[in-house]
Amino acid sequence: MENEIITLTVNGKSVQGRKGQTVLEVCRANGIHVPTLCYHPKMPPYGGCRLCIVEIQNMRGLPPSCTTPATDGMEVTTHTDRLMRVRKTVLELLLAYGDHNCLLCEQTGNCELQDLVYEHGIEKVRFKGEFKPHPKDDSNTMIVRDQNKCVLCGRCVRACLEVQVNGVIDVAARGSDSYITTFNHQSLKDSTCVFCGECVASCPTGALTYKQARFRGRPWELKKVATTCTYCGVGCQLELNVKDNKVVKVTSDHEIPGPNQGSLCVKGRFGNDFIDHPDRLTTPLIKENGEFRQASWEEALDRIAGRFESIRKESGPDALAFFSSARCTNEENYLLNKFARAVIGTNNIDHCARLCHASTVAGLATSFGSGAMTNSIDDLKNSDVILVTGSNTTEMHPVIGSTIKRAVKSGRCKLIVVDSRKIDLVDHAEIWLRQKPGTDVAWLNGMMHVIIKEELYDKKYVDERTEGFEELKKAVAAYTPEKVEEISGIPKDDLIAAARLYASAPAASIAYAMGITQHINGTDAVKSVANLAMLCGNIGIEGGGVNPLRGQNNVQGACDMGCLPNVFPAYQSVTIPDVREKFAKAWGVDSLPGNVGLTIVETIDAAGKGKVKALYVMGENPMVSDPDLHHVEEGLKSLDFLVVQDIFLTETAQLADVVLPAACFAEKEGTFTNTERRVQRVRKAVDPPGKALPDWQAIAALASRMGYEMNYPDAEAIFKEICAVTPSYAGMDYQRLDAGGLQWPCPTKEHPGTKYLHKDKFVRGKGLFHAIEWIPPAEPVDDQYPFLLTTGRVLYQYHTGTMTRRSVGLNERYSECLVEINTEDAARLNIKDLDRVKLVTRRGQMEAKARVGEMTEEGTIFVPFHFSEAAANKLTLAALDPQAKIPEYKVCAVRVEKVA
Amino acid sequence: MKEQLDQIFSRHHGTRDALIPVLQDIQAEYGYLPPEAMEAAARFCRVAPVEVYGVSTFYAQFKFSPVGRNLVMVCQGTACHVMGGARVLEEVQSRLGIRPGQTTADGRFTLETVACIGACALAPAMVVNKDTFGRVKPEKIMEMLNGSGS
Ligand code: SF4
Ligand code: SF4
Ligand code: SF4
Ligand code: FES
Ligand code: FES
Repeated sequence: MENEIITLTVNGKSVQGRKGQTVLEVCRANGIHVPTLCYHPKMPPYGGCRLCIVEIQNMRGLPPSCTTPATDGMEVTTHTDRLMRVRKTVLELLLAYGDHNCLLCEQTGNCELQDLVYEHGIEKVRFKGEFKPHPKDDSNTMIVRDQNKCVLCGRCVRACLEVQVNGVIDVAARGSDSYITTFNHQSLKDSTCVFCGECVASCPTGALTYKQARFRGRPWELKKVATTCTYCGVGCQLELNVKDNKVVKVTSDHEIPGPNQGSLCVKGRFGNDFIDHPDRLTTPLIKENGEFRQASWEEALDRIAGRFESIRKESGPDALAFFSSARCTNEENYLLNKFARAVIGTNNIDHCARLCHASTVAGLATSFGSGAMTNSIDDLKNSDVILVTGSNTTEMHPVIGSTIKRAVKSGRCKLIVVDSRKIDLVDHAEIWLRQKPGTDVAWLNGMMHVIIKEELYDKKYVDERTEGFEELKKAVAAYTPEKVEEISGIPKDDLIAAARLYASAPAASIAYAMGITQHINGTDAVKSVANLAMLCGNIGIEGGGVNPLRGQNNVQGACDMGCLPNVFPAYQSVTIPDVREKFAKAWGVDSLPGNVGLTIVETIDAAGKGKVKALYVMGENPMVSDPDLHHVEEGLKSLDFLVVQDIFLTETAQLADVVLPAACFAEKEGTFTNTERRVQRVRKAVDPPGKALPDWQAIAALASRMGYEMNYPDAEAIFKEICAVTPSYAGMDYQRLDAGGLQWPCPTKEHPGTKYLHKDKFVRGKGLFHAIEWIPPAEPVDDQYPFLLTTGRVLYQYHTGTMTRRSVGLNERYSECLVEINTEDAARLNIKDLDRVKLVTRRGQMEAKARVGEMTEEGTIFVPFHFSEAAANKLTLAALDPQAKIPEYKVCAVRVEKVA
Repeated sequence: MKEQLDQIFSRHHGTRDALIPVLQDIQAEYGYLPPEAMEAAARFCRVAPVEVYGVSTFYAQFKFSPVGRNLVMVCQGTACHVMGGARVLEEVQSRLGIRPGQTTADGRFTLETVACIGACALAPAMVVNKDTFGRVKPEKIMEMLNGSGS
């Protein structure tokens, strides 16, 4: 029915549309212009401005075309004298009830009101409104709200409420008195606004503008470069607005295809002022007598090549190790993998995916045969139930958070949240289970216990598509809701209700992140998630899936590119001789090493023991991100030679012997692969500062110096080579990616990419159930260390803060570490909000201010890890998951003291 | 406050449709809509707090600050307007230091405007609690307020 073709007559011409479209949509689709103001294609129509009025035969009055459904045979006229007169009057009234001084307005040249006034030839306003000026809201460093330019189109309200589902602003009062307001008329700064800027993007006038961009360029002077956000695994498409080699602001366009349809979060929209920060590294540095001095590229590269050669000669290739980066491009990661393996001859290459999702890669690969997110972001709107666990989605993956909230708001989808913190999504959830940290396997087994006992599982699917069900059934038999309540603290009735809700959904999706993976039994927890999804037939269908939300912008890509100690690109194992031979041939070397290399945490250990002597770190900051920082520092300090390539002099770079200045994402070409396996283009908008170079150029120059020619004219040439050796990328090229990215596997040039994996058949053949027992966390609480400590992230900061902490807006929102503690616990310890507290574990201590509230449960402390001066990872445990070697960041035992 | 609110909520279904009746009950209980109560109502009806604010400012019946012990209403109807009602209002505003809809910090007076109180012959008119004053002279205003207000 939806696609039924209808025929209308517009302005005497016959045009076609689809049933379900509005008159306006039909006109637009046929290239017929109708003036609009309150209409926005991303939002439900509002019908408030009355500019889109038309005349329709046999219909009285002047109906707004944006709310009038198109029907077959309709006769529409868009421009008559009468229509023009009414539109003019509307516009004149808008001008009378506002203060539109285009000369002084940032929006000039890009303002829909200005264009409409011009289009209607309004020379003079006939009315004099009793206009009372409103004060500007200039309270924050990101968004200026000038209500005097507001035309009350309500687009910002719908942007906030319907698109981002934040619900911060609304129309208050009525008639000509109405105005846009926050709750209780607070300033934006004091309101619940999260500064996603969706409202700014949707405002047709100068009422909402970018504060930092003021007076830095008129719309027609700005060059817009579309690229991929550098901050998180969502991979939002955004536009860098450039003037005079500076990024002035970041805008978005809902017409650019991608995972975000024009939505961004505060980091993507307002967090890019790090690009031209004065702290950027502009020249190579060499350390001499404990001090850095500037050096030329020649000298720096010679130094590195010389030291690498001599260390390899003395101690063998495995005395060198490489940390690649989930923040660099695929091209750069691929090249570093090639450098380590073909030029040096070692498999000692790893990156921080180890620290977040190694357990996902290991767990899902054994369960399904592929370690990636099974479904797509956009596909969440097809889910009947979404279960979110161990992911504070609205802060960590904000745009996915909004996608989930939109799905729930649409009424078709129910949300289950399992999280020990009272995260924002809890407000949108049907059921919230609050488990004790470290008890995930227990509640997952408990849900499966209920589903199997009540025979709610998908028997046909289990029979036909999976193996190992009997073992699973035996294993979960002991996890009765009563027992699970004892272990996890989840009331048994809630668990049963959640199990029934999940099992009842025709299509249910599970989204999770580090709350599941960063445990000593992280791989087990991932397998349990996979078990639950398979049990209910949710893998290989639209709207279903197991969806690990990858943290960093290119963590998926760095894994795909073989920056892991056991695999070449596309997860082809280094232990298989045929694979080694294939890569040796492709890379023009006689042989490649077949022994599995060292992981990040193992590399640090080996450095401490003198087994690894040289380390090359590309764009990572283990001195803040890795567990048990004292140990990391010792390890790095015992190295003979440390090279760090980065955009800032990070905590890690300060320990280096040679530092190389890198170009950031806005200064180079390449690709990132987002969490849903979508490979997207990164495009150059500005020149790098000083002598900084894209990482791939540095690697290629170094390889050539070491006698292995790497001659790539540009990043595209590297991408071609990637596609030749990476079967899942084989069908891609830059031209195809320009049309909106491609999701792997994409094996041929004709292949459209893959929206969801394991359709009809698992990659490994049959899906494999695992029988899994719950084990308690490595470090239980005791009298001395009575609290559970868990670490994580916050919306306004990113990873180790090297970029976000240099952004004005982000730091205004969240500039220092705040230790979250429950109100009851705080009262017992006599700690008040913002008091200084000391946290002590068996490994170290840190001080920071306390944030007292209900976010965390009694007995639990939460610390964000972004802050080097209050480094949460001085406290954490480097206890490793035996299967994936991921550290247990999420739980250890801690003592809290008030600092007098 | 929690107990009173729970009591109010127990009389309604927690949906968007119940929002206005819930707000009316809150106003009946407190005489105005305290911000915390609006937030609680938002949670109860599963809407954003700002939607509650938007809805409640749409209807003139809702008040956002506690009502003072004495209600002052200055007429701004046509007759009073012609006879200088605007000046009366200005004077009251500057004397009390509040705008219409607000209450003095000491909780003594709440100021409102009305459109005609049916005393046009006596314009400009003003009401303090139960007393109606006609042909109000700005310089006499403090006297009237003090005389009739407690
Ligand atoms: S910035 Fe985002 S959260 Fe804030 S008011 Fe605008 S749309 Fe709402
Ligand atoms: S602020 Fe902008 S988007 Fe919002 S109602 Fe006013 S003109 Fe429309
Ligand atoms: S959600 Fe992630 S990718 Fe999108 S703008 Fe924010 S940080 Fe960037
Ligand atoms: S665009 Fe249709 S009423 Fe505003
Ligand atoms: S206009 Fe003031 S009493 Fe009628």
